[in-house]
Parts: sequence; structure tokens; C-alpha cells
Amino acid sequence: MSTLTDPPKAQFQLSMLVNDTRYRSLTFQAIAALVLALAIWYLGNNLIQNLRAAGLNISYGFLGDPSGYDINQRLIEYDSQSSHARAAVVGVLNTLLVAVLACITATIFGVIAGVLRLSNNWLVSKLMAVYVEIFRNIPVLIWIIIIFTVMTAVMPGPREFRGDNATSSMLFDLFAFTNRGVYIPMPWFESGFFASGALNWLVIIAVLVGSFLVMRRVETNATKTQEKTGVRPNTKLIALGVWLVPLALVLFVMGLSWEVPELKGFNFKGGIKIGGPLIALWFALSIYTGAFIAENVRAGIQAINKGQTEAAAALGLRPGRIMNLVVLPQALRVIIPPLISNFLNITKNSSLAIAVGYADITATLGGITLNQTGRAIECVLLLMLFYLTASLLISMVMNVYNASVKLKER
Amino acid sequence: MSDTHAQTVAFVRETQIPPAPPPGRETGVYKWMRENLFSSIPNSILTLAALALIYALLSSTLPWLLNGVWTTNSLAECREVLDGKVGACFSVLTERWNQLLYGFKYPGTEYWRPNLALVLLLVALAPVLFFDLPRKLLAFTAIYPFLAFWLIWGGSILVPIVALLGFVAAGFVFQKFGKGSFALGFFGAIVAAIVVWNVGGFLIPEGASDNAMLSAVPSRDLGGFMLNMMLGVTCVSLSVPLGIALALGRQSNMPLIKWICVVFIEFVRGVPLITLLFVASVMLSYFFPPDATVDLFLRVVIMITLFSAAYIAEVIRGGLAALPKGQYEAADSLGLDYPQAMRLIILPQALKISIPGIVNVAVGLFKDTTLVSVISMFDLVGMIRGPILASTEWNGVYWELLGFAAFLFFIVCYGISQYSQWLERRLATDHH
Repeated sequence: MSTLTDPPKAQFQLSMLVNDTRYRSLTFQAIAALVLALAIWYLGNNLIQNLRAAGLNISYGFLGDPSGYDINQRLIEYDSQSSHARAAVVGVLNTLLVAVLACITATIFGVIAGVLRLSNNWLVSKLMAVYVEIFRNIPVLIWIIIIFTVMTAVMPGPREFRGDNATSSMLFDLFAFTNRGVYIPMPWFESGFFASGALNWLVIIAVLVGSFLVMRRVETNATKTQEKTGVRPNTKLIALGVWLVPLALVLFVMGLSWEVPELKGFNFKGGIKIGGPLIALWFALSIYTGAFIAENVRAGIQAINKGQTEAAAALGLRPGRIMNLVVLPQALRVIIPPLISNFLNITKNSSLAIAVGYADITATLGGITLNQTGRAIECVLLLMLFYLTASLLISMVMNVYNASVKLKER
Repeated sequence: MSDTHAQTVAFVRETQIPPAPPPGRETGVYKWMRENLFSSIPNSILTLAALALIYALLSSTLPWLLNGVWTTNSLAECREVLDGKVGACFSVLTERWNQLLYGFKYPGTEYWRPNLALVLLLVALAPVLFFDLPRKLLAFTAIYPFLAFWLIWGGSILVPIVALLGFVAAGFVFQKFGKGSFALGFFGAIVAAIVVWNVGGFLIPEGASDNAMLSAVPSRDLGGFMLNMMLGVTCVSLSVPLGIALALGRQSNMPLIKWICVVFIEFVRGVPLITLLFVASVMLSYFFPPDATVDLFLRVVIMITLFSAAYIAEVIRGGLAALPKGQYEAADSLGLDYPQAMRLIILPQALKISIPGIVNVAVGLFKDTTLVSVISMFDLVGMIRGPILASTEWNGVYWELLGFAAFLFFIVCYGISQYSQWLERRLATDHH
């Protein structure tokens, strides 16, 4: 009987750092860490030297100084005496405004075009194919500039609305399309509960949320009745009442009235002005991203087995209901993930606002503030921080939604 | 059976009826239209609406397009020729053709250089794009970047030659030692290239570019569509290898390397390209040594390359993840080491899966090169918005210029996407 002994321990040799799998990954990581540290040290050292040579330092104190420039399109109070920080906040709100608006309209365009592209109507599907190809293959910057140019160069000026035989007239006497922007009526409250308009709007939102909760209760009850008796009570009339009556009541009490834009002097006064840059950006981002979304929607619908459609048809469902009840719920699983990245793209592409002078965060913080203060590093870092946060938030929210529609498996 | 049957049936026809043509409404245009355009009432309404839309589009653009004026010297002159009729002023294109393509500072006598570079680009790309061509043509593809650099920027021919020699030395070292140990060959190649470049830098005499064969053109004189093409081609070709490296790094089981790649990719994908271009134009110079003046073109190329590399890395990561686990295990069981397994088994398959995604990124990148106009480089869009529309002769011809830009981009991008679809069909090795 032989005795088993441990194999002789290999002497550690330098070549084992590369050739032995036990040590190799450690070696590579050590090299990577070293290179990274060297790179950071090199860049940081250069930065410090350059800043010293230019007599600068890293400081965010400039954010509190008065900005000294005006912003045309804004959601909160702001004037040229406000601080740079407030200008940045105005920019952030403007970015979010155009991003949200464009996400909504792009989804609408995309779904319509995507569904129509699969239509069995030859002409319509070809037309949609042309739309998708044209918009996907031309840079969004060119689209933004084209639409902005149309807005400013082709639309009539306010003075053409004047006089008895004006060359332009307002649509329904409510909307005015001019080269300075579109003017639409503004709702406001004569006898609101609060002096501030924003709080009054919160009241309305609260009422709508209340209606929603009541409605959900009604639907649950209807389902219960259906499970018990097999007949679903008709909730349509109740829904109408629950949604409309409280809303109408609260609007009446607060005295809703509309401020219609009017031509006074050289320009339109009153109402809400949607500036040309905002419209150009909004519309261009919508149709451009809409073309991408259309392709995603088409791919999603085509990913659903044809048997599903046929099975639904065999059950006697009509085409519209097949789409809504069978195909789309399954297609959503394929559509949602690319839709998330399209929303992210809209948010990031909204930074092109700087090309048409829409005051988003890139134009305020990264444009005028940067040029006025010369604080390049601070401004660009803040800008990146904002976009990173926004991107992460969007993907987080959409991933939660994605999890709710994805295929439930074991 | 058949016998009994024949007797029980009263009449069996013995001759065949000659085939008759289908009824008129079941053939030709009529049937096609009924099936494809008017199959139901909603469908007919859609068709009519589409026809109305097409008519509206064509009736407003066609007269403008066909009645275009091509040979005047200013907008005022053009309006005179048109005499109140509807028509386009395409003469801005013919008059400013060179500016639109080459920018307004590139010396007019040297236009043949970028033209030749473009033609050679097609020759260099051909063996990459169409792999039925002889493989030996790839040698020209390898030389092309240095040749194109010399053609476009001019100056001393020694600079691209030294750069090329550095790569040759690196390749030689890798051939020599890479067989034994990949790491040794890899790092040895880097050292060899750096040594050659440094030595070569000393050998190039002062002022060599003053009396060079091709006069030197500084980067800031480049412009027009040429700039878009150059940025697009350079950044795509640089970002594919970088993207592969990042994707492999992200899949690596070495935590430090993995996290470096993840942080880089997520950071770059989270910010818009414009902020990165701001970094290139206002911030990057702070990170270079104080006495180094790095060309704006180079800074922009660095940032766009990093940007698209992050996106390509994600596409390739998808391709790597889509490969069945068995492929990785098969490579291991053959006794291949990591570089061999990747080069011979994993990457060829993963890249094939990722082709549509990579082409998407490439098209997007090419379109995004227009953003450099925001940091006041005069690419095609920058030229249009800046010098041309601001000039007194052509102030107000928006449609023609922007339409031309859109047309150029459409041609190139649509061409690339059609190529990728052809390639996908070509590479499809699965059964149908």
C-alpha cells in the first residue's frame, strides 16, 4: 500500500502571474487599476496646472449671481435679476416640458404609423413606409431647423391679422398661428379658492383623482356582480356621472373662464403663447422619434404568432377587438423595451434646443451661463449630472412598467 | 369500387371542359385594386384620404420643383427670372456647390485631394463590405487611413509614413510573440509602436511640411459635407474595435475591469452627444498638458468615438448574450485560451448577430455628425445656417438648401441601411 502525499508545492515564479489562471486575472486587474490611476492622475494634474495658469478655480459660487439675461419661454417666474441657478431651473423645467410633450405625441404618431404600415391597404402601408424611411434617414437637427424655418419664415406675422381685409385670420377666433408662435386660449379662475393659479389646478387634479378612485370602486363592484350573476351591470352611465359632475361643479364654483388671445398693438396679448422654438422642437422630435417607434410597433405586432389572430377571429372577435384584446397586450412586451430607449433619446435629443434658441437646460446652463461666466467645467458637469439623473429616472420608471406587462412565467 | 361507382352514376363526362379565363372582375388591375385598396368601406375611405394627401403633397411641391432655376447668381436675380411664378431657386446649390461640399476655406485648387480620397475610400471599403472580392485587397484598406490623412491634410508625407511604420512594427512584434503568449505579444506591440513613433518624431526635420508635395491644410479649414463624411467614417471605424473591447470587458469575470466598462458605458449613454461635444470644445483642453494644442477636429473625433463605442458595446453585448452557452463551452473543451476562443468562435458569431444593431448605430452616428454645427464647426448644416444663409445674395432660400442637405443625408443613410439588409440576407446561415 502506497501512501498518498500532497503533490510538491510549486515554487511561486514570476511567470505564473501571466500563465497561471489563478493569478492571471489578478495581474490584469492590477495593471488596469494602475493604468486607470495613472490616467486619472495625469488628467487631474493637467487640470490643476491649467486652472492655476488661467487663474481659475472650481467653485459653484457663480450660481448665486444675477444672470443678467432674459428667457422668453418659461414656466416659473424669472427675470434678468434672478440667479444663474434659477435660470438653470427654468431650463430644467423647459427640458422636461418638451420631453414630456414629445414623448406623448411621438408615441401617438408611432403607434398610428406602425399599425397602418401593417394595413392591408397597399397605398396606406406604402405611404407609411415612405414616412418611416424619410424621417429615420435624415438627421433630427435638420428636421428641427426645417420646422423652425417654416414657423418663422412662412407663417404670417401678427400685423397680417390686423385690419378689415386681413390676409390671415384666427382659427375659430381662438387660435392664432403667427411667426412668433401659436397663441391659444388660457383657462383661469375668477373666484378660485386660492390666489395662486397653481394651487387651483391642484384642486382640479385632486377632484379627478377622487373620481378615478370612485370609478375603480364601481368597476370592482361590477366585476363582483358579474362573478355572482353572470351579467355585468352597465357602468357607462355611472362613469359619465362620476367623471363629469364633480368636475363641472368644481369648475363652476371656481368660475372657469377663458382668456382668448387678442391682437393689441403690434402683437397678440393674453392667452398662452407657445413659442416657435418650442413648437419646432416638439414637433420635430415627435415625428422623428415617431418613425422609430413605428418600426418598433410593427416589429412587436409581427412578433405575435399569426395563430393568435386567427384563434381570436375563430372566437368571433371583430378586428378592432382582436387588436385591443389579443395582439396589442402581447405585442407590448416586445414594444416596451425599445420604447424606453426612444423616450430616453427624446430627452437627450431635446438638448438640440440650443440650435433654435429654445431655453432648455443646455441653452441656459450650458449656453448663456457658460459663456457669461466662463465656468466651463462646472457648467458641463452640472449639465451631465442632470441628464444622467433624468435618464436613470426614466429608465427606472419605464422598467417598473415593463415588469408589469412582461410575460408572467413560473 | 370504381367499377360499381361508374355504373351507379347516371352520366360521366368523358371529355374535359377546356379551361376558361377567370371572370373579368377576378383578374388584373381590377382584382388587385379591389383586394388591396377597396376591400371594405373603411379601407376605401383610407385609400381616398391617402390619395388626397398624396395629391396635396405633389400639387404643392411638383411645380416648385420642376420650375426650378439653376443658373442665377443671387436670390434677387432668381426672383426676377421666376417673375412671380412658383419655382425653386436651385441656383444656390450650383453657385455654392463647392462650399456646401468642402466648406468655405478649403483651397479651391486642392479639391481633387478630398475627391480622390473619397474614390479611394470606396476602393478601400469594397473588400470590407463585399467579402467575395479577393482578400489581398485588404492590404490597400490597411494603408488607406494613412493615405487619406495625407491627401486631405497634406503636409509632410513623413508623418503618415512614420505612423504606418509604428503599426507595422507593432504587427511584427505581435506576430513574433503573440503565438506564445497573447499578453506578451499585445503589450510588446504597444511598446514597439510607441518606440517607433517617438524615434520617428525626432527624425522628421523641422519645417518638413513647408515644401511638401501637397500643401498643408489645417483642420479648421475643413468643412461642408466632407466634414460629415470624414467624421462619420473615422468615428465608426474607430468605435467598432473600441466597442468590441468594451463589450468583452463588460462580460469579463474580472470585477474591476467589468466595473470600469459598466460605469463608462452607462455614463456615456446617459448624456446627450451635445454635452460631450461641449466637453470637446470647452473642457477637454483643460485635461491636456498646458503646452499641447490639440486640434478641435481631433477632440471632436475622440468624443464622438467614445460616444458611439458605448452604443456599439451594448449592441455587441446583446450579440454575445444571444450565443448559446454551448458555444463558450465548446471553445473551452477544445482547449482554446480566451483570445483564441473569442477570435475564432465567439466574436464571428456574435458580430454576425449584431450587424443590424451596429449599422443602426453607424447611421445614427453619421446623422449626429451634424451636431458639430452647434459648437461652430462648419459642416454641411453649419455652412447652410452660417455663411450661406447669412450672405446677402442668398438670404431667404431655406427650402432649397435644407432640402439639399436632407437629400444628401437620406441618400447615404438609406444606402447604408439597404446594404445592411443585403448583408443580413447574405450571412443568414440558418435554414428557412
